[in-house]
Amino acid sequence: MDGVHDLGGVEGFGPIPIEDDREGDEPVFHADWEPRVMAIRSLMGFWRKWNIDGGRHSIECLPPADYLGFSYYEKWLAGLVNLMVSTGLVTTEEISAGQPRPGADVATPPVDTAELVQFLPRGRPSSRATSSPPAFSIGDTVRTARHMHSGHTRLPRYVRGHIGEIISGHGAHVFPDTNAKLAGEDPQHLYTVRFTARELWGEMASGHDTVTVDLWESYIAPA
Amino acid sequence: MVNNHVDDHQHPHQTAGQRDGVPSEYEIMSRAMQELLIDQGVMTADEVRATMEAFESDYPNRGAKVIARAWTDPAFKKFLLRDGKAAVASMGIDLETDQLVAVENTPEIHNVIVCTLCSCYPRHLLGQPPTWYKSDNYRKRVVVEPRPVLAEFGTQLSDDVTLRVHDSNADMRYVVIPMRPEGTQGWSEAQLEEIITRDAMVGVTLPTVLE
Repeated sequence: MDGVHDLGGVEGFGPIPIEDDREGDEPVFHADWEPRVMAIRSLMGFWRKWNIDGGRHSIECLPPADYLGFSYYEKWLAGLVNLMVSTGLVTTEEISAGQPRPGADVATPPVDTAELVQFLPRGRPSSRATSSPPAFSIGDTVRTARHMHSGHTRLPRYVRGHIGEIISGHGAHVFPDTNAKLAGEDPQHLYTVRFTARELWGEMASGHDTVTVDLWESYIAPA
Repeated sequence: MVNNHVDDHQHPHQTAGQRDGVPSEYEIMSRAMQELLIDQGVMTADEVRATMEAFESDYPNRGAKVIARAWTDPAFKKFLLRDGKAAVASMGIDLETDQLVAVENTPEIHNVIVCTLCSCYPRHLLGQPPTWYKSDNYRKRVVVEPRPVLAEFGTQLSDDVTLRVHDSNADMRYVVIPMRPEGTQGWSEAQLEEIITRDAMVGVTLPTVLE
């Protein structure tokens, strides 16, 4: 989707907020509610109503002004509320009231505390076995798609419709575009594609700088 | 302090914590959400507590050990460049993510890492990302004007150095192998670890030897 989250190359904003943290002085969290939001989000993930790609999409779908105005963890909280409502874990009425609707069933958590902590740090790898050979080889010149669709995608706007070179291949990975809407993993070959800065940004860019992006096979075509 | 031209609208995290002992709106909202979900039975208070603690402690910065090894052991550096995940696994670091791509700085090439679409970061190697890495402005600017961005971190690169920006938009995680600075001959790995900073492994600064 052509959303506000797709920030690469957007100009007219200010300096990087480095002053918060020079070299690791920053605490992991700045307030108690931040790890609480992350904890709630992780725990609700065990209901398997969404996956990592759908979770990312919930943040991309925030109203643009909220996306730009919210802090990192505020976005996580707002996206979580939307996910829980859209998957039926809670209703907007329950959130407004702050309590379950009268007579609501009481669920049983899908995970218990003992098994929880060992699961937590485990990311779920996105690589998958595939029998289909890669369509592209290292050194191939490819052109990226102009636009995919209005759902979740990992093809950033600033590389769309541009020509780049495949510099490495990583086997097949879960395709975020279908996985986000629970429409299947559709594993596709993933490649690192290198673009020259001038291809992306024009003649004002340095003549030798580059940007690399990791792209799924259906994002690219032979150039 | 680099500058103070930030306002609360662009950086609301500065207002979102507790202030003068009064719980913030988000403190109240997150607690209300927690209570509601516990009432629903979909999670328990113990789980929330255990998870919060795990988030605080589970992601130590182990990157400096890896880079110090790469600086002192050429065979390990080759291994790291060829298969980052297997190389760090050989040091007992289980990355859990799919693949780690190590990119090496040289006198001719400088690498820097970003995630323009969200905030992908090698958490299992470097810990949780700093606010600036997750900031809209870093994500917007470093792909289009990496040199001015690096200059804000105090890093000046010669125009003839090739700058490679890596946008980690998939589940590949990137780490920069900085150049080992002059004046560190004969240093132990432990000494080297001291100067290998998180920011250098993201590529926004260069390791320096303090006088």
